Amino acid sequence: MEVVQIQRTLMDYTKSLFMEGLLDSQFLQLQQLQDESNPDFVVEVVSLFFDDSEKLLNELTIALDQPSVDFKKVDSYVHQLKGSSSSIGAQRVKNACVAFRNFCQVQNIEGCLTCLQQVKQEYYLVKNKLETLFRLEQQIVTSGGSIPMIEMGF
Amino acid sequence: MSLLHVFEFGLKVGHLVWMLCCWIASTISMNWFINGEFKDPKAGILGDSGSKMWFKCWDEISNFSFKIHNQYYQFIGSKRVCKSWWRKLLFSWVIGWTLASVWIFCCISSHATEKRKETLASMCDERARMLQDQFNVSMNHIQAMSILISTFHHGKTPSAIDQRTFARYTERTAFERPLTSGVAYAVRVLHSEREQFERQQGWTIKRMYTLEPSPIQEEYAPVIFAQDIVSHVVSLDMLSGKEDCENVLRARRSGKGVLTAPFRLLKTNRLGVILTFAVYKRDLPSNATPNERIQATDGYLGGVFDIESLVEKLLQQLSSKQTILVNVFDTSNQSYPISMYGSNASTDGLEHVSHLNFGDPFRKHEMRCRFKQKPPWPLLAISTSIGILVIALLVGHIFYATVNRIAKVEDDCHKMMVLKKQAEAADVAKSQFLATVSHEIRTPMNGVLGMLDMLMDTDLDVTQLDYVRTAQASGKALVALINEVLDQAKIESGKLELEEVQFDLRAILDDVLSLFSGKSQDKGVELAVYISDRVPEMLIGDPGRFRQIITNLMGNSIKFTEKGHILVTVHLVEEVIDSIEVETECSSKNTLSGFPVADRRQSWKGFRTFGPEGTMHPFSDRINLIVSVEDTGEGIPPEAQPRVFTPFMQVGPSISRTHGGTGIGLSISKCLVGLMNGEIGFVSIPKVGSTFTFTAVFASGSSSSKEYKSQQINNQSNSVSSEFRGMKALVLDPRPVRAKVSTYHIQRLGIHVEVVSDWKQGLSIINRGNNVIHMVLVEQEVWDRDLNSLGLFITNLEKIGHGTPPKVFLLSNSSNSSRENTATGACDLTIISKPLRASMLAASLQRAMGIGNKGNPRNGELPSLSLRNLLLGRKILIVDDNNVNLKVAAGALKKYRADVVSATRGMEAIELLTPPHQFDACFMDIQMPEMDGFEATRRIRDVEQNINNRIQFGELSADACNNVSNWHVPILAMTADVIQATHEQCLRCGMDGYVSKPFEAEQLYREVSRFFQ
Repeated sequence: MEVVQIQRTLMDYTKSLFMEGLLDSQFLQLQQLQDESNPDFVVEVVSLFFDDSEKLLNELTIALDQPSVDFKKVDSYVHQLKGSSSSIGAQRVKNACVAFRNFCQVQNIEGCLTCLQQVKQEYYLVKNKLETLFRLEQQIVTSGGSIPMIEMGF
Repeated sequence: MSLLHVFEFGLKVGHLVWMLCCWIASTISMNWFINGEFKDPKAGILGDSGSKMWFKCWDEISNFSFKIHNQYYQFIGSKRVCKSWWRKLLFSWVIGWTLASVWIFCCISSHATEKRKETLASMCDERARMLQDQFNVSMNHIQAMSILISTFHHGKTPSAIDQRTFARYTERTAFERPLTSGVAYAVRVLHSEREQFERQQGWTIKRMYTLEPSPIQEEYAPVIFAQDIVSHVVSLDMLSGKEDCENVLRARRSGKGVLTAPFRLLKTNRLGVILTFAVYKRDLPSNATPNERIQATDGYLGGVFDIESLVEKLLQQLSSKQTILVNVFDTSNQSYPISMYGSNASTDGLEHVSHLNFGDPFRKHEMRCRFKQKPPWPLLAISTSIGILVIALLVGHIFYATVNRIAKVEDDCHKMMVLKKQAEAADVAKSQFLATVSHEIRTPMNGVLGMLDMLMDTDLDVTQLDYVRTAQASGKALVALINEVLDQAKIESGKLELEEVQFDLRAILDDVLSLFSGKSQDKGVELAVYISDRVPEMLIGDPGRFRQIITNLMGNSIKFTEKGHILVTVHLVEEVIDSIEVETECSSKNTLSGFPVADRRQSWKGFRTFGPEGTMHPFSDRINLIVSVEDTGEGIPPEAQPRVFTPFMQVGPSISRTHGGTGIGLSISKCLVGLMNGEIGFVSIPKVGSTFTFTAVFASGSSSSKEYKSQQINNQSNSVSSEFRGMKALVLDPRPVRAKVSTYHIQRLGIHVEVVSDWKQGLSIINRGNNVIHMVLVEQEVWDRDLNSLGLFITNLEKIGHGTPPKVFLLSNSSNSSRENTATGACDLTIISKPLRASMLAASLQRAMGIGNKGNPRNGELPSLSLRNLLLGRKILIVDDNNVNLKVAAGALKKYRADVVSATRGMEAIELLTPPHQFDACFMDIQMPEMDGFEATRRIRDVEQNINNRIQFGELSADACNNVSNWHVPILAMTADVIQATHEQCLRCGMDGYVSKPFEAEQLYREVSRFFQ
């Protein structure tokens, strides 16, 4: 009974993530790639994303602190971040990255700093949400239930 | 002679005038035609055809002159040089001919003068001779008289002659001396004899002029006999007159007739001379000395000559007395010639002098003759020379005008060339501009499309989503349009090149068909593809461009077709040529949908391929395809048909408003067809439909790899087609064309097909029982027509007990669900909606027959299924600097059971892909630090090329490289960039294709299937 409850919570929670635009269909695709042969695929990918992103965010913070900012470097970092975020479907992070890159290309340091903040914010938001999601999944698994597949009209 | 001259001259002048007229006419009319307008339309009496003829004529002439001009241009070289050259030539021409005409004038006039002189001389000489002759005759008479006197007067004593006898004699013989007015004889009297003589005669010797008795002198010469006319001189002493004395003395000294200077005769007051002969006592030898002669002198006979009347008489005897003027002079004293005859009117004109010899060596006479009239104007000379000069000047003028005209035309031509160059440059610039602008538009459009994509992913309500979809569709349409414009620009600048890759024509047509199936179903138009069996499975060419042509033609067809059908047929050209004679009766009813169509054979009427010199090589591996797209649309109005293939031309402005489009598609198609060595043509009947036909030349792909055939029955239904192999199907369709199309598609699955036109026939075939029919495909039309009898048919089918009854399928035109319900309600029936495609057909059959129907029934099931087949066990390298991306991509490919190796750097990829290796494909990210995907690919291709070369030259054995002699690992770009430019860049770097990130099953399948078969 508890499991069903959690399952429903997970469903609702996941749906809310999509509704809020934190995640997009790419995340679903990712979930589809996960199967018996590769049971922890999503978690693996997402944690890889977290590691990478944190590294990149640190680098970005340092790079933008420099007296003379190397926009090319910043741009490549943001590009990386954008690539990985779009790969896991962290849509809002990706969108923030797109705006970030635009500022990079016009070499607007103010805009870059604002964007960095925004990216960080979005990143931590999605990180929290995903961690919660994984926790819920974990709970289901430990309770012996199966993770429901989310079907959305994409 | 001169008449001939005149005639000749007249001819010349006439010729000249004619030439001049011609030239003027030519200049005028040339200007006319060149200006291209008749200022006065009524002046064109020649009429339309006449003027055309003229135009042609002038065209030829100008062509000819152009040729000449060309030659001269080559010959002379630079224009400036030849200009001065012409001027010099012209100048020397004019000068030369002026000199020549002057010379001719001189020649002719001097010739005339010479002639005149000759005439004068001959006339003068003639007169002089005659005068001399007559004079001599008279002189001879006088001499004879002197002999008479010497004989009868001195020889006889007494004398036989006295004055009276002499006078009478002389009077009577005067006719013999017409020129002498009188004759007298004076005797020599010495002073000693004077008295005796005077006495004897009875008169004294008188002096002349004074008539006084002569003073005493040594001797006297008194006249004793005289003609009556001059009887007054009797008794006058001749020696007393100065002239006479001199005369007498000279006469007796020389023994010849002697003349006096002319003097006025006493009586007649006319000019005359006196001729004196001496009379000797005895005959003297001719060499007697003057003294002996003087001694022997007896007397002197004198005759008076009236020179004036002499000459006058003479001249009267001769004709042309009027033309010349004769003067006779005594020129004994050179400085004072004494005029003996003629007026003194001295003219400076031509004069001829003839000497007269009157027998007196002491006296000199001459005759001077001149013409009475002044010499006439040398009209002939003047006219000839002027004529020549005029001709020369006219020729010069023509020459000059021609040169000027040539120069002008040349200038014009030069100007035109410059303008042409400018125009061409402008055209190139336009294309360049179009290309640039298009490219520049695409980049921001990409942003717009991307943003719209993102917008669609956000939380939108239905209306907003609809707006965004519309915006995205428009954006995509715009990108497509820009791509078209780019194509056009590329074609115009000649930069478009075709690929040479192997492709499956049937798969492409299936793709295109599926592209339009939605639209055709909406409109209720039947869409069908038929490809002849003789067309090989695999062809080598440019599938993208081929697809573009087909898409263009079908897009147009579907745009303008509201009912009926669109049929695409692909044949070999050879087939069609064979059928041209056979398929002459083609009833308009025998079409796919029953609507009449434009006869497609009309559309290839003008093709070269079908002409006698058609480029048909039956033994080469070239495949000449002929593709027709036939529709039953509204057709093209006849007035718009000539400009169908002109870029940006549409039938009318309203068309672009109703149907959209730029009108560039057909033009591009034409160019593409041209690039494929083909031709495009069409036939269109308004309100009936249009048929576009094109030919294209491809290489046969199957010859190179036989195994393709076995592997490649069909791309999409690779796994399923074998499942249908050997089955039998029955198609129930009364319309042959449609049945043919259905048969074609079903046969592609390896199913044997029989066609029957109604159900009774079908039933009989099934009842024969020796061959099992697995499925029956019923055309919707048959179904609609007699539902009941078909129901019967189906129940009959079920009753026949050959194990499982055949499945019944309904070939439906539109996915009308209501019919589906009624149909399936009645019996076990599966609807297959048209257009028929192998994949779709296979899926439907599979589902209905329960073969290989596993997995979930979601959309995209077929590709993912096939993907698994394709990728199973393949070793694939993924290169991406982004770990997350790498992981995702690897995960995606692993899902399809591929063996995935990851690399994060370009260098790593190069190392891994250096032959020999085991990789089947490589997915490469484009944007990577250090070395981007393009560069990495380029290097990999270089390495492969190097190895291949070495294998080819035997430096490296193929065994060492896993028995692969030609290394080319498929490299696919992974990019988030969807625009075509990137795609092209991919291809340029040696990549084989691209997939968009993140992976999408359908696209992945499409790309991968090109390499794994």
